[in-house]
Amino acid sequence: MKELWKGNEAVAEAAVRAGCEAYFGYPITPQTELLEYMSRRMPELGRVFIQAESELAAINMVYGAACTGARTMTSSSSPGVSLMQEGLSYIAGSEVPAVMVDVMRVGPGLGNIQPSQGDYNQLVKFGGHGDFKAICLAPSTVQESVDLMALSFDLAEKYRTLVYLVSDGALGQMMEPAELPPMRPVNRQRPAWALTGADHRPPNVITSIYLDPERMEKLNLRLQAKLNEIRKNEVRWKEFMTEDAELLLVAYGTMGRVCYTAMKQARSEGIRVGLLRPITLWPYPSVRIAELAEQVHGILAVEMSAGQMVEDVRLAVEGRCPVQFYGRMGGIVPLPDEVLKVIHEMNEELVMARPGELVTA
Amino acid sequence: MSTQMMREEVVFKRAAPLAEAFTHYCPGCTHGIIHRLVAEVIDELGVAGKTIGVAPVGCAVFAYNYFNLDFAEAAHGRATAMATGIKRVQPDKVVFTYQGDGDLAAIGTGETVHVATRGENITVIFVNNAVYGMTGGQMAPTTLPGMITTSSQTGRDVELQGYPLRVSEMLATTSGAAYIVRRSVHDIANIRKTKKALMTAFKVQMQGMGFSLVEILSTCPTNWGIPAASALHFIEDKMIPYYPLGDYKVMEAVRPLVVN
Repeated sequence: MKELWKGNEAVAEAAVRAGCEAYFGYPITPQTELLEYMSRRMPELGRVFIQAESELAAINMVYGAACTGARTMTSSSSPGVSLMQEGLSYIAGSEVPAVMVDVMRVGPGLGNIQPSQGDYNQLVKFGGHGDFKAICLAPSTVQESVDLMALSFDLAEKYRTLVYLVSDGALGQMMEPAELPPMRPVNRQRPAWALTGADHRPPNVITSIYLDPERMEKLNLRLQAKLNEIRKNEVRWKEFMTEDAELLLVAYGTMGRVCYTAMKQARSEGIRVGLLRPITLWPYPSVRIAELAEQVHGILAVEMSAGQMVEDVRLAVEGRCPVQFYGRMGGIVPLPDEVLKVIHEMNEELVMARPGELVTA
Repeated sequence: MSTQMMREEVVFKRAAPLAEAFTHYCPGCTHGIIHRLVAEVIDELGVAGKTIGVAPVGCAVFAYNYFNLDFAEAAHGRATAMATGIKRVQPDKVVFTYQGDGDLAAIGTGETVHVATRGENITVIFVNNAVYGMTGGQMAPTTLPGMITTSSQTGRDVELQGYPLRVSEMLATTSGAAYIVRRSVHDIANIRKTKKALMTAFKVQMQGMGFSLVEILSTCPTNWGIPAASALHFIEDKMIPYYPLGDYKVMEAVRPLVVN
């Protein structure tokens, strides 16, 4: 049954229903409702909640709980995520599972509390030091946020890795109908590697330091092999009206839904626009975009940033067709009409170019 | 030939939680003594099978190689936050951190204060040797005025570099702290007292009484640039006057537990 839910609270309840045992967080707009919701709900169910003294402390509490094999998470927004990068790198190197929700806001610096997609680089390229990638799941509705929240924990545990739920201030604050799944019981079974006390077994040590270069390279190669497994198995995206598209929009999250509307408007005017909405920002649907690049005459990436995801589009396209970018910053959310205007401009350029001639972006 | 065996009674042996390993610590370093005391206390309490330690960044970064216990490696300064996560999801386990003065009183100060004021049921072992050992002898928050270190090369100048931090006194002001004491390992009498303090601290945790911390004045002959024996005297002559030994916080409910 669908009920009206605020994005941040729906994500919190979804985590609870997915069996999250421990939540550690710190207030920061525009995600504070998630923390506040957890502060009431987790103790209600006898689970762990701590409002830590900082995001730095919160992510390290997550690291500790994750070492015991418990399902654990934190949530924050852009400046707080920057603070967490050290802890995230340690979690990655130690191969313990953990989930983080980033409700993106404007940067750089203190920025403001309006929506943004300016954390793409720090999330998708892995903002922590070292060679790693976290699985990045990007919902575009409150319902999808709920669905991906449960998936986050499952993927984190399946691969013993980090999973980020990539939200933004609009998705976090909006209210939409959503249906929450039934409550899953907390899984109290601890994996063999967990720190539960060396009772009648050899001690477990969870660490990310190996001074011997060869041993450290072995760890890194194992991590890279894991990432390759994830690349093979976990790419997710949705596409709309791509079968006969001549112009492809690529956008995620809130911009995914704005571009969907722009696409429908363009189609009603006879312009053959399609949309590819990545759901996993990492691993990125590069293969599918490369395929579509053979078919379409141009690609337009739309983001609430100066252009971060567009670089991954260009990497995937490898020059097969022109790639353009449209974006707003400062917390301004592009509306479908703006995107439509850019579609018109792009379409004119493409129509005027002779077939076979490269149109410079 | 007689097969009668002489009955021998073991009067002392390595405590089981202390691993049979060569440590990397310097000659004259008191980490070795403190490790042994911690292992003995855990052994005597019979909790090795349910204890989890958290190692710092510092000379004791590889502490997990020296104990037969489950262990986690924390980021610099964050051991108490990690320990909080570990303890909250497993309240029946015994969780301790082992931290130096940079880890606990510089980069980790925020976590240190809050784990105390939250009254987390963990035990912190604070090894205070007034210098940064692992990174080669820089000034620490606990470096004494006038002490020469690699980042206070003409001696700590309080005008420019501030005053040393007295951690036990500071944490004792928090209501969540149940047992905050400062001890030393510079001679046998004090080593014995340190062991009793560690025993009390772990008992405080096991009774769920709140946060326990044992600050232990320790040596670093290598980075102090003095011989090992002189280093022990340095604690007595120079450190104790600034960092008096004593019990800074002992909650009423803890008094019956105190090991004398």
